[in-house]
Amino acid sequence: MAVTLDDVRHIASLARLGLDVERAQSLVAELNTILEHMEALSRVDTGGIEPVAGIGAAGVPLHLDAGPPIPMARERETFAPSMRDGFFLVPRLSTHEDPEAAS
Amino acid sequence: MSRDAEGAGLTEWSAGELADLVTRGEASPRAAADASLDRAAAAGAGRDGLNILLYEDRRDAHRQADAVAAGRDRGHAGPLAGVPVVVKDNIATTVLPTSCGSRILEGYVSPFDATAVRRLREAGAVIVAKSNMDEFAMGSSTENSAFGPARNPLAPSRVPGGSSGGSAAAVAAGIVRIALGSETGGSVRQPAAFCGVVGVKPTYGRVSRYGLVAFASSLDQIGVFGRTVDDAALGLRSIAGLDPLDPTSAPEPVAAYGDAARGSLAGVVIGRPREYFPPDLDPRIRDKCDAAIDELRSLGAEVRDVSLPHTGLAIQVYYILAPAEASSNLARFDGVRYGLRIEGDGLRGMYEATRSSGFGPEVTRRILLGTYVLSAGYYDAYYRKAQQVRALIARDFAAVFASGVHLLFTPTTPTPAFELGARSDPYEMYLSDIFTCTANLAGVPAMSIPIGRVDGMPVGGQLVASHFDERQMFAAAFALERRLGAGARQ
Amino acid sequence: MVVGLEVHVQLATATKIFCRCSTDFGAPPNSNTCPVCLALPGALLTLNEHAVDLAIRTALALGCRVQTTSIFARKNYFYPDLPKGYQISQFDKPLAVDGCVQIGARPDGSPINVRITRVHMEEDAGKSIHDRFAGVTAVDLNRAGVPLVEIVSEPDLRGAEEADAYLRTLKQILEYVAVSDVSMEKGSLRVDANISARAVGETRLGTKTEVKNMNSFSGVVRALEVEFARQCAVLDAGGRIEQQTMLWDANADEVRPARSKEGSHDYRYFPDPDLPPLILPLERIDRIERELPELPAARRARFQAEYPALTAYDIDVLTAGPGLGAYFEQVARPSGDPKTAANWVMGDVLAALKATGQAIEHFSVRPADLAQLLQMVRDGVVSHTAAKQVFAAMVKTGDPPSQIAEREGLLKVTDDSALIAWIDDVFAEHAAEAQRFAGGERRLQGVLVGHVMKKSKGAADPKRVNQLLSDRIGT
Repeated sequence: MAVTLDDVRHIASLARLGLDVERAQSLVAELNTILEHMEALSRVDTGGIEPVAGIGAAGVPLHLDAGPPIPMARERETFAPSMRDGFFLVPRLSTHEDPEAAS
Repeated sequence: MSRDAEGAGLTEWSAGELADLVTRGEASPRAAADASLDRAAAAGAGRDGLNILLYEDRRDAHRQADAVAAGRDRGHAGPLAGVPVVVKDNIATTVLPTSCGSRILEGYVSPFDATAVRRLREAGAVIVAKSNMDEFAMGSSTENSAFGPARNPLAPSRVPGGSSGGSAAAVAAGIVRIALGSETGGSVRQPAAFCGVVGVKPTYGRVSRYGLVAFASSLDQIGVFGRTVDDAALGLRSIAGLDPLDPTSAPEPVAAYGDAARGSLAGVVIGRPREYFPPDLDPRIRDKCDAAIDELRSLGAEVRDVSLPHTGLAIQVYYILAPAEASSNLARFDGVRYGLRIEGDGLRGMYEATRSSGFGPEVTRRILLGTYVLSAGYYDAYYRKAQQVRALIARDFAAVFASGVHLLFTPTTPTPAFELGARSDPYEMYLSDIFTCTANLAGVPAMSIPIGRVDGMPVGGQLVASHFDERQMFAAAFALERRLGAGARQ
Repeated sequence: MVVGLEVHVQLATATKIFCRCSTDFGAPPNSNTCPVCLALPGALLTLNEHAVDLAIRTALALGCRVQTTSIFARKNYFYPDLPKGYQISQFDKPLAVDGCVQIGARPDGSPINVRITRVHMEEDAGKSIHDRFAGVTAVDLNRAGVPLVEIVSEPDLRGAEEADAYLRTLKQILEYVAVSDVSMEKGSLRVDANISARAVGETRLGTKTEVKNMNSFSGVVRALEVEFARQCAVLDAGGRIEQQTMLWDANADEVRPARSKEGSHDYRYFPDPDLPPLILPLERIDRIERELPELPAARRARFQAEYPALTAYDIDVLTAGPGLGAYFEQVARPSGDPKTAANWVMGDVLAALKATGQAIEHFSVRPADLAQLLQMVRDGVVSHTAAKQVFAAMVKTGDPPSQIAEREGLLKVTDDSALIAWIDDVFAEHAAEAQRFAGGERRLQGVLVGHVMKKSKGAADPKRVNQLLSDRIGT
């Protein structure tokens, strides 16, 4: 399965990585080289093997529905790039722009 | 360098010995911290020199040291009292920055300590510096740091290994006896081998990942470097154990690894997996390994030929699963709540400008690879398939350990430390992990100890144990270290 | 019209699903946040056990089979109020599957059932506010991490009315099991609809569109009607329905395609490696099932059987919410007269709750006291009219009826001398009417009785008063 420039552009978009044309083009070659090595996996017989999911046979531990919350040694304002009145600020979205998912 | 309880000599004591001196009031934590930082300066550990340490703060080190001394004076001194420690730049600390070797977190200071860091502090350790690393732990040479490559203290034209190159080098340069690193595919063991120090990857779940900036969550573990096996054992003991903040941490009780030192290895069965001694293995490394195996035999161990048949697929599996998880774990670096933000055309422009400026080429490559293998149409062929083969790799280990074998012995790396810039092809770089990444995929504990020199550079031998059997691993490591003597170390 | 609904419900926990920040509504922006829900580098998650229990309770109440092993998955996308850049949800192995809810009955009596495909757990995102500051979007992460369950129905709904009935039924059930305050207004219940059209008799499903942004049940109904009309228009003109997301605009009364950037959404779901599988011991599931309160359908059926005097309407009103039915029973049983109890509860109690703004759970009139009042009426200790006054005083003071009746002099007076004294007073005060009555205008008897009741503040026994009046004019 060869990766094309369109593929690279598409996945870069999914990953919100801005790539200039040159970089995108060199990545096509890089990714294809790497993926070629991966072809060996397709020849392995994995019939009936359960994929490894979440390590821990004992299951996920549960916590009590109560505080206190995890304390922080410094305020959000000290590391936030842009805050006002306690809100994080980002460039404005038009309200009917599809947020790519949920309501 | 002489060992005395003051000044520069303090760096010569083992971690345990120094803690004893401090506890007995015979050494001052502040002096130990100063000795460590002075040594760093003398070794050229900073940006202008070897570039193995990114952040230091002497005043903060003094504050910590004074607190340890005050506690000691009140009768409370932990097992690492006054011991200076270096922490890899991707492990959260509340005073020194946590930048993961990346521009996207340049200047970020975490508002919380990682659990492992908190436990070190509770044991009395003094965090003196954060060490250089491959960006977001992606790399095998520490050449992928946004803040410049680190250099091997034993040979500055060579790499110290990666991704925890800075921490390995800090121990090798005598700056500290104990350093924390992180493992995903070999990032503690490989640099340990390249720098001639001890490097331990615990069982997955043995050490809390809370505060370790995630790269590949199902593979990541905080690991420990030590100048000697004893240093590493003490370091691991101090940080291991169940953490309610990490749902993947395990409740298994933590043994006193330092006590595992045994004279004889009678009754211990050691496997020599043939896949790790391929025909094209550098014969000098093979010789060192076989010599080490002979020592193990002479200590009473039985050595058997074993096979881990799916070893040859490990790199492919690793380089599908790790980037896949990373592509998701690194999505939080978006310029919204912390870290670098670069404005662009609207929100999307901001995301793209921030992430393209903030991430280096290797990180970008892996995020793309990871996004690709998870994407619609490719998930089954790549990601799901890789998880299935991973199960087969884990079964290989389980089968061997179930057959009466207690430990495996292998080379840690196929080569000694290479020259900076020597590995330009990404896939060629990935092959450095060939002997180490299987342990991460299976979740088993593994450690590297120095077993000699090739071309004047150290090489490491790797011990692998079954899940949660670090004690067995340390027992053999102690015995081998004593046998090989100081000649095996730098 | 063929409709399936995806309903998101906020679970009523004190803390968030993956951390211990408070879920309190109305806190200052970003004050209920921590490294976990801010997605700071190095943060990890732990799972809230009460959220799990409430989710199990929800699933069981909807007749689902709870799976002993379920897996959390990451749904990857970028949005400013989604701090991790992924939402933790459940994909391949959800918490529960295969439920069913009856939303009504057809004219022939056959039940209208809606199958529940799945119930799964997930986390809420934060809030993005677009118009608070000019040119920027303000992000508040207090809501990020609040536990949600998503309830997905099969496309079993035929028509907007059925969709409405389904939502009402769902809301009622969830109120009964107290997992959420299920309010669309408050945002603790959100609805997305999948709708398609097909010709009558056709069994295959048409292409569906997703409709979002409805803020009320009536909004859902209207949005479905509008979208259905749009689809029909397209199909009638020979076109094909494009599978896309539509946003409902209540002000404009129209649906509009959501502006989508790259066409399809690729969420790249994969099992979350930070969270081991959720393994639920059967005992836990069984315990929660045993502890489930009586569900609305069961209660309706039981009331029908146990209280045959009640009409269907009575039962509907009394079972609308869990508290009212419980209250009713606590009155009906001791009073021995369910129909009268029902009338009082549906009438006087509901009116009093409305007037005082109390909730039935904290109503100032204890059910045992109301039962006693009804008994007093039945035993003739107070008249019906007096009872109303006693009740009013009970609402105000919370005191028992016997105490109030005595205190206020409302005990039914049957003593003739007292009654005669009142009658005399009334005759004096209403001389004209009294004379006409005495003169033979029998129809004024009722009026005079009314005066006596008023004078006696309801305490007079109206039957005896009538008799005395009749005696007075010699009939």
